[in-house]
Amino acid sequence: MNRLSEFMLPPQKSTVAEGTDALFHFITTTSIILLIGITIAIIYFSWKYRRRSENDVTPVITHNSALEISWSVIPLILVMIVFGWGLRGYVNLTTVPDDAYEVRVVGKSWLWEFHYENGYVSVNELHVPVNRPVRLVMSSDDVLHSFYIPDFRVKMDVLPNRYTSLWFEATETGESVIFCTEYCGTAHSNMLATAYVHEQEDFETWLLTAGAADLDMDPIELGAELVSRNACQTCHSSDGSRLQGPTFLGLFGSERVMDNGERIIADENYIRESILDPNVKIVEGYLPVMPSYTGTLNDRQIDAIIAYLRTLQ
Amino acid sequence: MATNEEIKNRKRIQVRRFVPEEFPEKHYLNEEKGLWAWLTTVDHKKIGLMYLASIAFFFFIAGVLALLLRTELLTPARSFMDADVYNQVFTLHGAIMIFFFLVPSVPAVLGNFVLPLQLGAKDVAFPRLNLASFYIYVIGALFTFYAIASGGVDTGWTFYTPYSATTGGNVMAMTFGIFILGFSSILTGINFMVTIHKMRSPGITWSKLPLNLWGLYATSIIQILATPVLAITLLLLTMERLLGIGIFDPAMGGDPVLYQHFFWFYSHPAVYIMIVPGFGIISEVISSFSRKTIFGYWAIALSSLAIAFIGFLVWGHHMFTAGQSSLANMVFSFLTFLVGIPTGIKIFNWLATMYKGSIDMKTPMIYAMVFLFLFTIGGFTGIMLGALSVDIHLHDTYYVVAHFHYVMMGGMVMAFLAGLHYWWPKMFGKMYSEFWARISAALLFVGFNMTFLPQFVMGSQGMPRRYFNYIDQFQPFHQFSTLGAYIMGVAFVLMFGYLLHSLLKGERAKANPWGSRALEWQTTSPAPLHNFEHTPVIVNGPYDYHKPMSEFQLGIANSHNGHHHHEEVSAKRTETEQA
Repeated sequence: MNRLSEFMLPPQKSTVAEGTDALFHFITTTSIILLIGITIAIIYFSWKYRRRSENDVTPVITHNSALEISWSVIPLILVMIVFGWGLRGYVNLTTVPDDAYEVRVVGKSWLWEFHYENGYVSVNELHVPVNRPVRLVMSSDDVLHSFYIPDFRVKMDVLPNRYTSLWFEATETGESVIFCTEYCGTAHSNMLATAYVHEQEDFETWLLTAGAADLDMDPIELGAELVSRNACQTCHSSDGSRLQGPTFLGLFGSERVMDNGERIIADENYIRESILDPNVKIVEGYLPVMPSYTGTLNDRQIDAIIAYLRTLQ
Repeated sequence: MATNEEIKNRKRIQVRRFVPEEFPEKHYLNEEKGLWAWLTTVDHKKIGLMYLASIAFFFFIAGVLALLLRTELLTPARSFMDADVYNQVFTLHGAIMIFFFLVPSVPAVLGNFVLPLQLGAKDVAFPRLNLASFYIYVIGALFTFYAIASGGVDTGWTFYTPYSATTGGNVMAMTFGIFILGFSSILTGINFMVTIHKMRSPGITWSKLPLNLWGLYATSIIQILATPVLAITLLLLTMERLLGIGIFDPAMGGDPVLYQHFFWFYSHPAVYIMIVPGFGIISEVISSFSRKTIFGYWAIALSSLAIAFIGFLVWGHHMFTAGQSSLANMVFSFLTFLVGIPTGIKIFNWLATMYKGSIDMKTPMIYAMVFLFLFTIGGFTGIMLGALSVDIHLHDTYYVVAHFHYVMMGGMVMAFLAGLHYWWPKMFGKMYSEFWARISAALLFVGFNMTFLPQFVMGSQGMPRRYFNYIDQFQPFHQFSTLGAYIMGVAFVLMFGYLLHSLLKGERAKANPWGSRALEWQTTSPAPLHNFEHTPVIVNGPYDYHKPMSEFQLGIANSHNGHHHHEEVSAKRTETEQA
């Protein structure tokens, strides 16, 4: 039975996972035992009491107090155990330790942004230290999202105009997948991110150098890196194929037809506006769904992206 | 025992036995003919059959959509449809199955057909209102088709804001269609409640009411009390979208969690609108095919009512991760476990009914057994999802998808099929092929478990629901699940085939092919236009299989019957019976 639970659940990589799994295991085991009992009763009765003749006489059994009380009270005790157990786990899940390291999370259709204490913003990559409680303070820029890390057994909806939070303490280094689990439209299933769990020193080093490496790159290289890092490719291809947004291939310098019929040349200013205030001008045939990158990308980074787009002809 | 004084206050009536005629020449299907007669009929049986045709049509549409979804999910990336199309297809699959199939299926089809028959009444209390309910349903359906044709809907059947307020497509027409549909549901509920209160044949006391009617009664309470909340919610949604009044959309100062409260305040009780009438059918079928008194009549009857009432107080368990307070989560979790108890009691009562019975494994009974097995799994996995810490992990994953399919399809649809096969001879006066019905039931059972068991595993491993693309590790489970869905598709095609064959060339059914004691079987098959040629008189409980059949076929002896007030039956059957 333990094997079944292990097969069914993802690896335990946070402090709360074991408690949650123990309850999962308890309910699964108890249910399977009861289900087998009920199934045996169904099959046995169906065979043992099968109709022998049309004139079969059946006994009149209308109730049996002892039996009825026991099949009401025993399940009641069982579910109350499950209730208390689940509640205890839930209290753990909602009580944040005092020394938790805070990361600000913003959900946008369809990417996750992670803001760190030093102002660095990563997209679709959450970096955290191992063996240290981490608290995520989350909000959405548009519709509802939900932040879910199966390996950590944590999940919380992400709402516009309101903060929600969750916390976890990762117990081993490595990578874990992050899903969006509240339906949010076309690319809902592509709103994935990865949690990278580092040793404390590695995490500090990463945080210090994360932005610094960009300074060494030339603009085109940096632009390509930023396009990838900021999840632009979830909606914009660079090979001409159509996704939720127009492709980057051949975009720069071309004439664009807007949904109001206006024709615009895609120059530097158009690209800049489309990054910072994306839903002002919408290309014909597309929907105004892109989130704004104001506050995520600075001027130098936008320059680099423009430089990169110029190369895609 | 009645005291002498009570007996003195009772009016003596003369009863005699009415043995139903076999293979009647005239019955409700051929007494009035032609399309116009059908479209304007106020006969509850014909209205029931018109509903049957409608829900069968919607079940077919939504079922085909399900097969398209499963086919798309064969590969982790795009197989043959775009993400936007996929999102519309899963929305329509859910919305059509729930609002156009599950909610009306048992009450409007089987309830309509069988409720007056089980009461010995000529029709429901308000026959014209009943016909109006049907047309309201049709109008609601037309709006939905308009919504699909004019842009589609991609919000999911839950219409969560603010997504539903901002997305393209025709969300307004869809919600308006469901708004209209709600009235059909409310009116049917009122009609059934009044009929059960006012139109019982002489002798049907509350303790002799068939359990199917207790189920329908509990359902009617929920329909009447919960459906208006859905109507209000959809109206507020419309006002927000059309007039820009901020209620749910945070961009206008609204609160999206408020929408979820409103929505689930209806939609959780709606789960019981779907399943509670199913419980009624299972009670009838198990007792009939075990030829045995039901075990714990009052326990089953009252647990339906208990589920109906507690069911109103558990909506918050859909929102454990939505951002409501921890205290609310705790209370909702607690109440959720309480609603599990009356459900468990029913399962044990049904098993105890089979004990020492005379069990005939005909198709309806097979479906009842399939129901017991699948619904039990649905119930246990519901306990899993009610546990707070575990639900945090499983919420909005395929575990939830599998759970509600076990409850809705494994429970409700199997109960519906049990009822359909049980009352089929009474509906059409024809038998179906028992052999093919069993093959189909077996395929359905295998296909169902193949489809949804792997989804429990996927969900536990973290596969979120409503995903067009998924990560590679889930592919084997998805493929297995799709294979199961195809098998179910074959089973339903087979069922359509043998039922059609039954209609066209089926053997004629006897009045009471199952040897049931229930009142609806004590009239001809198919029933006469006004159900009974006499006013039935009931002296025994509906499941008193130890009493002779003759005592279940009594009716008022003199011909000017049916229009007297308060005809109470004397308990002294022996003096009056002339069998």
